[in-house]
Amino acid sequence: MVPLHESLQAQASDGLVSWPVQEAAAKEYSVTLAEVEEAILSSELLPARYQRNRQMISTSQQLQLFRSKVAVVGAGGLGGYILEQLARLGIGQLVSIDADVFEENNLNRQLLSSPAKLGRVKVEVAAERIAEVNPAVTLRPIQAMCGKSNGVELLTGVDCVVDAVDNVTARLELAEICSELQVPLVHGAIAGWYGHVATVMPGDTTLQTIYRHWKGGKGVEQQLGNPSFTPAVAASFEVAEVCKLLLDQGRLLRNRKLAFNLLHMEVDEIPL
Amino acid sequence: MIKITVKLFATFRVDRFDIAEREYPSGTTVGTIVDELGLPREQLGILMVSNRHVDLDRELHDGETLAIFPLVGGG
Repeated sequence: MVPLHESLQAQASDGLVSWPVQEAAAKEYSVTLAEVEEAILSSELLPARYQRNRQMISTSQQLQLFRSKVAVVGAGGLGGYILEQLARLGIGQLVSIDADVFEENNLNRQLLSSPAKLGRVKVEVAAERIAEVNPAVTLRPIQAMCGKSNGVELLTGVDCVVDAVDNVTARLELAEICSELQVPLVHGAIAGWYGHVATVMPGDTTLQTIYRHWKGGKGVEQQLGNPSFTPAVAASFEVAEVCKLLLDQGRLLRNRKLAFNLLHMEVDEIPL
Repeated sequence: MIKITVKLFATFRVDRFDIAEREYPSGTTVGTIVDELGLPREQLGILMVSNRHVDLDRELHDGETLAIFPLVGGG
């Protein structure tokens, strides 16, 4: 049998390997789809699904993304969109952490929710969705609340953590854990028409500044709730930051916060 | 009296204003303005005077700009 690399090379067209070829190779060589993806990318070929990434993400960068591990804490409004986008971007390993099951009040905005999923564990639904969307991506579902007691254990070994939780206590704990682990944290929070995003590098005290006047309890999201579009906006900003962090590109939202107001369509940059 | 430009963001604008120049007695603090505008203290996010983060006891000076953001923590 020809080596896998050679077989992929022979079946590539214009540097692209199609999905049927990737699937057939996994069967023929008795390896996982992820292993075939690694073989494709390390042969300087591109799985055809990423051809529209090509002008902004080179094949070697696509391999870098595939070899990255990103944890998304929270699989609700923000988390659903973030997981979807990270998987489609081609991040090889995802960790999804959330303790909850889907409830009816999630249906107006949470991408992973649907009437058929009511009562189901969010991270399990996330694993199923990601397996369907990009089967070369591995998602490890963890049904738990991520906090001081288990955070270090759950997040050790990841390249980047994405904050998609729904309360300030959890966010501040996450910032402490990431600081201890020396891992970058991409933060996003929403309420009604409004939201903000910031990137926290190890040693930064960004979240402590943002929530400097917090006295416990919820923010204005308690009165406003969240519509369908606001989580998608914040999630997209967060994923763009993750992509830049992993590829060391562009200018990060570091030491500044982007606050957006979709009601008046305003974006403010706040120094931190 | 001192003139202070007050900028409100997000929900704090509702039934108030986006930006306004207001007069206060000298010695007025950020906390006094927050209370005068009826902004619930437990809903305060970022408070900035002339692009620097401040606390409620910060005394304001003539011509300064105070920006007040509500606390946003949902996901």
